[in-house]
Amino acid sequence: MRRDRLAHVSAATAATAPLGARSVHIAIRPTPPRLLDELQEVWDHRELFYFLALRDVQVRYKQTVLGVAWAVLQPLLAVIVSSLIFGRLAHMPSDGIPYPLFFYAGNLPWMLIASGVGASAASLVGSPNLITRVYFPRMIIPGAAVLSGLVDFFIAAVGLVFLMVRYRVSPSWHLLLVAPVLGLILLLTCAVGGWLAAINVKYRDVRYVVPFFMQLWFFVTPVIYPASLVPPQWRVLLALNPMAGLIDAFRAACFGRPFDSVTFVISTAVTFALLALAVRTFRSIEQTFADFI
Amino acid sequence: MTMIVVDRVTKEYQIGEKTAAYGTLRDAGTRMMRRAFHRLRSPRPGGRQLFQALNEVSFEVRAGETVGVIGRNGAGKSTLLKLLGRITQPTRGSIDLYGRVGCLLEVGTGFHSELSGRENVYLSGAILGMRRADIQRQFDAIVAFAEVERFIDTPVKFYSSGMYMRLAFAVAAHLHPEILLIDEVLAVGDANFQRRCLGKIEEFRSIGRTVLFVSHNMASVVRLCPRVILLEGGRLVADGPADQVTRRYLQSDTGSPAERVWTGPTNAPGNTVARLHAVRVRDEHGHIAPTVDIRRPFQVEVEYWALEPRARATVSLHLINEDGVCLLVTNDFNNRVWWETHREAGLVRTVLEVPGNFMAEGQVSVLAAVCSYNPDIVHVYERDVVSFQIVDRSEGDGVRGEYGGTWPGVVRPMLEWRVEQPSVESRRAAGNPALKS
Repeated sequence: MRRDRLAHVSAATAATAPLGARSVHIAIRPTPPRLLDELQEVWDHRELFYFLALRDVQVRYKQTVLGVAWAVLQPLLAVIVSSLIFGRLAHMPSDGIPYPLFFYAGNLPWMLIASGVGASAASLVGSPNLITRVYFPRMIIPGAAVLSGLVDFFIAAVGLVFLMVRYRVSPSWHLLLVAPVLGLILLLTCAVGGWLAAINVKYRDVRYVVPFFMQLWFFVTPVIYPASLVPPQWRVLLALNPMAGLIDAFRAACFGRPFDSVTFVISTAVTFALLALAVRTFRSIEQTFADFI
Repeated sequence: MTMIVVDRVTKEYQIGEKTAAYGTLRDAGTRMMRRAFHRLRSPRPGGRQLFQALNEVSFEVRAGETVGVIGRNGAGKSTLLKLLGRITQPTRGSIDLYGRVGCLLEVGTGFHSELSGRENVYLSGAILGMRRADIQRQFDAIVAFAEVERFIDTPVKFYSSGMYMRLAFAVAAHLHPEILLIDEVLAVGDANFQRRCLGKIEEFRSIGRTVLFVSHNMASVVRLCPRVILLEGGRLVADGPADQVTRRYLQSDTGSPAERVWTGPTNAPGNTVARLHAVRVRDEHGHIAPTVDIRRPFQVEVEYWALEPRARATVSLHLINEDGVCLLVTNDFNNRVWWETHREAGLVRTVLEVPGNFMAEGQVSVLAAVCSYNPDIVHVYERDVVSFQIVDRSEGDGVRGEYGGTWPGVVRPMLEWRVEQPSVESRRAAGNPALKS
């Protein structure tokens, strides 16, 4: 944390500092702290991301009969049902990739964002005993909620590897691109989830809106259908849904295919714009969280 | 060296208009509707008032000082601590803290009942601002202080409330902050544990750390804090030596009322299991009674919303005198019929009957708690909800008879006296003619 860091710095320079120099100064004002200071504080509290995410993961499957098997079952059932309905019955095109594999590679990042947005939107109102009792940068709460979804993601990713072996799709160097794409997806999840989490503190309607909103978002995201199904003149519009470009890029990275760079660039730009908006909204009401919860 | 500078700090809250009819709504369904309506309506500006929880409060605390903060409920003590702990922001004014702050607004911050003691130590430590390396280094000391070595890998939901509290305080006590903010921590736990907590605070003090201590427990405030700040209605009204300020506090007649009603579940103390609705002191005729005749019976009535009937909540009342001594604790599970009754959600009224000629005269403050047992969970724990004055106006028919001077003792029951005079009895038995008449 900043306080520790400053204390540490001043201890190191204590020999040259004038007598009675203050090591730590916390200024509490009616106005929010500067963004840079706050980000610095988030960075200083980074261990808390780990501990809060760990707590979420440890608690999530307690008192469940199937436990961690849920992380495997959910994508498994989804791929079976959608392969039957969209693959076999509806003959959905899938860019020449076997449909189950195509769907799984799209659903995997989708589940990450869907569960992440849901968890982080509920995270602030779900932790009143933290918010009303102890100070730390509030952004960590929705952030940790997003991170805890990564565990399920990696468990479910084993299924993707299994399907790739099963359909003899060999990865190429493109696979390395999964990491930055995953990073962007996490940023997008933090942006949407964090924004909703902050709004949720003041307007509890958010909790009813989120499932509906996620369902609509799912339909405008190429998970069950390929982006190529959308007529070219509409592609730019599709790319305004940042998840469209990111899922497309995720699939392309997995299967070593070229991807639409225009779509990707637009989606990335929208992701960062949403992140900026989320940070702005969050900071503008962050200080009143304890009064509203 | 100044450690804390509080400069003309004001904290305003917006409060919704009061809905007087709320208290009479008994039907749970309607209440739910109203609550939903309330929620939708509350973010809308307009029709709202400002409530000043703190009003232009200024003071400074120097290094090594231990300062007590006292005041009635709603005087702004908790708000002040929340501002100092950066949990909420001031509306106006500024606060400067020159040192690392450890904030103990409530023990067990961040504890999760499903996690083991060990996991909780790390989690809670991280939340309170410790590094993983710090926690690792101090882990054994924390566990030893809490005396839970054998159960450290057991989920804390299986802990007794004492163990839970000890572990939670132990984590916080090992923060080693330069400024320690403490609120009501000592209100819980057994006497032995309270002593150790006070010992820990004493230790902080002796090594020159700055402590700000908010408490209702006058005895510990006076013992620990040479300097005391008194808040009243959000204003700082006294700041000085402990004995002077506490005397003023105890003498001031601005105590809690004899009736307290919370208009809505959003502002009432409680949780998802139970929320207080009203606490009242009534005389034998059923009138709200700020003063009670020492010879007459009176009632303390508690109404609460039972939101989760399976929790089988019970009401516990503590009667506390002006010296902070707890006179008695009583619980409505003593009514075995109610205890065995099948519970349903809704408003519950429970009435404690206190006989006349039982308590001593003086100011009595009521602490209302709603708890469940097995597992022991406290849903409501509200100090000083109502208070009343027991007055002795007896004219020879009371415990004190005709005597008008000081009559010590915390209870004043009318007890049976068996009186004999053996010498006279024996003479009477011997047939002394002087006693025959």
